[in-house]
Amino acid sequence: MSARTSLHLAAEIGGPPHYDAGHYLRLARLAEDGALDYVTLGDSFARPGLDALAVLARVAPATDRIGLVPTVTTTHTEPFHVSSAVATLDWVSRGRAGWSADVSTTEAEARLFGRRTAAPPAALWQEAGEVADVSGRLWDSWEDDAEIRDTATGRFIDRDKLHYVDFEGATFSVRGPAIVPRPPQGRPVTVIDATTGPAREAAARHADVVHIRATTPEQAAAVRDEVRAKAAAHGRDPGALRVLVALTVDLGDMETAPEPGLESGPRLAGRGTYFRGGPVDLADLIAQWHRAGAADGFHLTPITPERDLERIVNGTVALLQHRSLFRTFHPGGTLREHLGLVRPASRYAAARAVAKEV
Amino acid sequence: MHLAAHFPGVNNTTVWADPRSRSQIDFSSFEQLARTAERGKFDFFFLAEGLRLREHNGRVHDLDVVGRPESLTVLNALAAVTDRLGLAATVNATFNEPYELARRLATLDHLSAGRAAWNVVTSSDAFTGENFRRGGYLDRADRYTRAAEFVATARELWDSWTPDGTSRPFAHEGPQFAISGEFTVPRPPQGHPVVIQAGDSDEGREFAASAADVIFTRHGTLEAGRDFYADVKARLAAYGREPGDLKIMPGVTVVTGDTDAEAQERAAGIRRQQVSPQNAILTAEQIWGTDLSAYDPDGPLPAIDPVPDSEITQGRVRHGDPFAIVARWRAISEAKGLSLRQTVIETTTRQSFIGSPRTVAAELTAFVDERAADGFILVPHLTPSGLDDFVDRVVPLLQESGAFRTEYTGSTLRSHLGLPEPVWKG
Ligand SMILES: Cc1cc2nc3c(=O)[nH]c(=O)nc-3n(C[C@H](O)[C@H](O)[C@H](O)COP(=O)(O)O)c2cc1C
Repeated sequence: MSARTSLHLAAEIGGPPHYDAGHYLRLARLAEDGALDYVTLGDSFARPGLDALAVLARVAPATDRIGLVPTVTTTHTEPFHVSSAVATLDWVSRGRAGWSADVSTTEAEARLFGRRTAAPPAALWQEAGEVADVSGRLWDSWEDDAEIRDTATGRFIDRDKLHYVDFEGATFSVRGPAIVPRPPQGRPVTVIDATTGPAREAAARHADVVHIRATTPEQAAAVRDEVRAKAAAHGRDPGALRVLVALTVDLGDMETAPEPGLESGPRLAGRGTYFRGGPVDLADLIAQWHRAGAADGFHLTPITPERDLERIVNGTVALLQHRSLFRTFHPGGTLREHLGLVRPASRYAAARAVAKEV
Repeated sequence: MHLAAHFPGVNNTTVWADPRSRSQIDFSSFEQLARTAERGKFDFFFLAEGLRLREHNGRVHDLDVVGRPESLTVLNALAAVTDRLGLAATVNATFNEPYELARRLATLDHLSAGRAAWNVVTSSDAFTGENFRRGGYLDRADRYTRAAEFVATARELWDSWTPDGTSRPFAHEGPQFAISGEFTVPRPPQGHPVVIQAGDSDEGREFAASAADVIFTRHGTLEAGRDFYADVKARLAAYGREPGDLKIMPGVTVVTGDTDAEAQERAAGIRRQQVSPQNAILTAEQIWGTDLSAYDPDGPLPAIDPVPDSEITQGRVRHGDPFAIVARWRAISEAKGLSLRQTVIETTTRQSFIGSPRTVAAELTAFVDERAADGFILVPHLTPSGLDDFVDRVVPLLQESGAFRTEYTGSTLRSHLGLPEPVWKG
């Protein structure tokens, strides 16, 4: 098991669809009051509801600190558009954007587009990884100081600091550079849910934050170690990776004691882990797992957002703060700062600096 | 009269060297310009689109403003800081798919409570295509075929929910798209987001007459405007539409001053800022189709012939026959004794309305009265303060004379434009 790091908390604010901004804004503000790192909003082309990235863009100017992480699917979309939209979310939120990359596996989704048939998850995750890869390159394709506004030479930009990405993937290619200048965080935060095998591979290669599922702290620690080892094998610094345990939580009946077996960990239900109990029990569980070094934090999906998120923030989080296990305010302004992740330098700037030295 | 605000974009008409010029990408710039437009009771706020950075001489063009955010995402954010202003996104019909775009547009309409518009553009070339899976090139006729079926398909999706909120499966089978399933967003508050078309060819006008609510045109002079207006409005009847169903809005610039003379002086100053010496050479290179970096912008026109079919500029439409343009430039240069830069200033910059606020208000009103336009899309030369003068000084005069609204009477963009809600075709 690895050393304990500071605790990170995130919450999903999706649920039954709402078609106005107010609902999502209230939830995001609630999460912001709890100093959570970020909120996620799930999405797919097949489920009823608004476009998640758009909803969080609508929420951005009405919030200050909370990280905003919509699910963005990569199977039927244009990688160039995806990277532009996520970069723009970072601009409108002043550095609070992430995206949770996901794939579309069903024939029903494929029929909505009519361009390709459904494919196996391994191929789709390979592609999603490539979309994450090219997005990173496009975000780097403008060096931070590319805009010079040099009146003497009449040049708005230094075009030597703009780069073609010339990306050739298995299913697409992109020439670049990006249309959107480098976003405030350098690269918005890439989140991948690594529950399935093919997704875990993409996560180890491309994600900044990895969501995992486990039923015991030991199991969580093992998966975390595996993801970190894989990342290291890809030449990445495992310390620049945050692994969060995904929990579905039902805090519906605060009076009920945890069900038998919960003292040692939540029980598996369906695809993920499912917690039912009171906010205090949840705080205990989070503290216990985190103390054991099983995870960098938790991504909580309340089964009834309006009710449970309130209990998470005013119950669970308040208690964790009281025990000095979780911060009481956002120390920085960007999502990367909340997560303790450095702002990456553009890979092209680095390459240029090296080329200069040679 | 209808008024819209264009966020200044990526061409030399946007003066970035002015000390008042601020970021073209920070959200604060978008917020400020949009709030100004809403303070002026404008119909909508408009964002253009480019999907690849322009190139000149094989390198990224570096003289003009470069870089912009993705339109729909910015407009969703602007919905949070505005209440009534329409929000119009330019989105290409060639490099998108109907299901995804219809969903994103419906989302904007919901999140803004009925203020969304889509400017359907078609321009595509192999150059832009290199950034997309679809890749490649669609020639003009095919581009509009795809655009027309795209809009029709989007309307089918928006209509796949009944107005009272029940979803039904859709199935569209056409030459461009064969798609089916269930649309995941209820019918937008406006029924269908407002559809804008920008394009000038015969195919473009026909497409607008058949499918658009607003047409964004370049015809900014009274004469050309009247011809265009008559031509486009006459096309509507063939589609069973009324003249009022399609609003004609040219993109125009305005320069005001305390007096007409002062405004003229300011306009001349702006033209000089827009055409820097470097920009003069570059503009000439686009016409001549060859490298002119050895020429002096303050000297005479190059004495050489243009190179036809040159690809010196990528990502921008090249207009007209270069031999004819060069001949016209020579004539102007000789007649007025103008240098290369002065000739470029004389021939390429266009300020449509220059004068005191009273003069400008009267001219704008005359354009509408004389059926050259139903309104205007104002293209300021400064980000983000470029509309301040207009909103503070011209709008009150237009309101005083009754030419323009003093308050929004409805909450949706359709209501501002006086457009009926589309009939539901379930
Ligand atoms: C006023 C105006 C504004 C336009 N704005 C854009 C734009 O923002 N992005 C774009 O890709 N094309 C833009 N276009 C190009 C048109 O969509 C169209 O592709 C082009 O005019 C060629 O079509 P046409 O032959 O019908 O004119 C614009 C055209 C006009 C006339």
